[in-house]
Amino acid sequence: MYVAVKGGEAAIANAHRLLADRRRGDRSVPALRIDQIVEQLALGVDRVMSEGSLYDRELAALAIMQSRGDLIEAIFLVRAYRTTLPRFGYTRPIDTAAMQVERRVSATYKDLPGGQLLGPTFDYTHRLLDPELANDPAIAEPEQREGDGQRMARVSEILAHEGLIEADGELPEDHLTGDITREPLEFPMERDIRLQALSRGDEGFLLALGYSTQRGYGRSHPFVGEVRIGEVELELDVPELPFPVTLGRIRVTECQMVNQFKGSAKAPPQFTRGYGLVFGQSERKAMAMSLCDRALRAGELGEDITAPAQDEEFVISHSDNVQATGFVEHLKLPHYVDFQAELDLVRRMRSEHDKRNQSNETEQREAAE
Amino acid sequence: MDRRQERELEAERKAAMAALAQAPADELKRLCAAAGMTHEAEMLRGPETGLVSVRGRIGGGGAPFNFGEATVTRATARLPGGEIGHSYALGRDKEKARLSAIADALWQNPTRRAEIEDRILAPLRAAQAEADAIGRAETAATKVDFFTMVRGED
Repeated sequence: MYVAVKGGEAAIANAHRLLADRRRGDRSVPALRIDQIVEQLALGVDRVMSEGSLYDRELAALAIMQSRGDLIEAIFLVRAYRTTLPRFGYTRPIDTAAMQVERRVSATYKDLPGGQLLGPTFDYTHRLLDPELANDPAIAEPEQREGDGQRMARVSEILAHEGLIEADGELPEDHLTGDITREPLEFPMERDIRLQALSRGDEGFLLALGYSTQRGYGRSHPFVGEVRIGEVELELDVPELPFPVTLGRIRVTECQMVNQFKGSAKAPPQFTRGYGLVFGQSERKAMAMSLCDRALRAGELGEDITAPAQDEEFVISHSDNVQATGFVEHLKLPHYVDFQAELDLVRRMRSEHDKRNQSNETEQREAAE
Repeated sequence: MDRRQERELEAERKAAMAALAQAPADELKRLCAAAGMTHEAEMLRGPETGLVSVRGRIGGGGAPFNFGEATVTRATARLPGGEIGHSYALGRDKEKARLSAIADALWQNPTRRAEIEDRILAPLRAAQAEADAIGRAETAATKVDFFTMVRGED
């Protein structure tokens, strides 16, 4: 017999009403505006775009507002919204060498063409809280200097001339670019699919895995060949026009990790590479992604797979925070029937256990007598 | 019109559509209103919002991969004279998509092209070029100028 138990409608409605009230907070405090979140919490917006896998600043800001600043909840909202829209197509691949660069640093070459451009970075700040900010002080306009405006070649192109670094990752000619939003994940997977999963993966999870490779769990001897942040143009081929139409620009962060490699049966000693590419200004995420990308190439490069960061199925199956939070958080939903069944089972096991103990004791006593 | 001229015209139209796509919505609306741009157009499609899957290349120049999606709004308009214009732009602004499609249709009419170029595209391009120049100059000011400290006994 199956008995459905209903109830809680009023409690749920009132809980959501209470949530709406607590989200808004004290009504005498002015409500946040979307443009304030876009402008002043820009890196939180970028994280929601990157892990929500949807480039739309205003939507990401709305999601942050609606989720009370819970970024994983905001990412969840954005992912759900995506499913309501039709797909117009795939853009042409972006050209990061043609980027309008806002920051670009290399830890491997001091004097690379275009130079080291620090841009708006937290690096070299003293990490001291600034109480002045609470009083909305006047902020000086940025300094300007004549730039040379030259195209900034990616650092990998510079190293390539010596032949000591592997080329950009190629896949077989007939390979069709995979898309995890259209096909279920299958292992083992090609690098294009892995990179798509990593680009939307949870920053904290990828950061911890990247850190683990530095601490010796799948060590990969990394150097930041280059990190660059800036705007790139998007183009789309459409049937009604004889040319690819320009959609506008998006901001991305790219990381070229360069890894010393002593060689294996499959590859000679050289520098190998890990790649990171994410929406917005998300340097930590792009770096962590490139460390994980390199670690996950262990099989391809003939390295032993000994560490969690090198285990493709482990990393990719657990990198999506919407899936992760869904499965972890579902545990708090009613499991009354499951639990009753388990309770009965444990009671029965316990009574059998007690009976067994009793008879053992009786036997021991009898033996002793 | 020979093939070369045709290709030049296509390149110009592509650049015009790019300027419209990259325009801030409010600025485009203001310029269109100021230009008294015709609003008599039949919408053949949209404006409608959808997604594009954004692609990068492995290592920057290798095989393509999808790394996320972006919202795009598009529209197709037909003018009373029969010209058909299209628009595609990032974001979800339907009025911007509608105005851009009309501007593209007008641009294809040789008698209206100069007016669209002067009153709408030129100001948009100038504003974009200025913003880019400022951005580049602000970034250039954060360039590290390495210098070598002279040390040693000689």
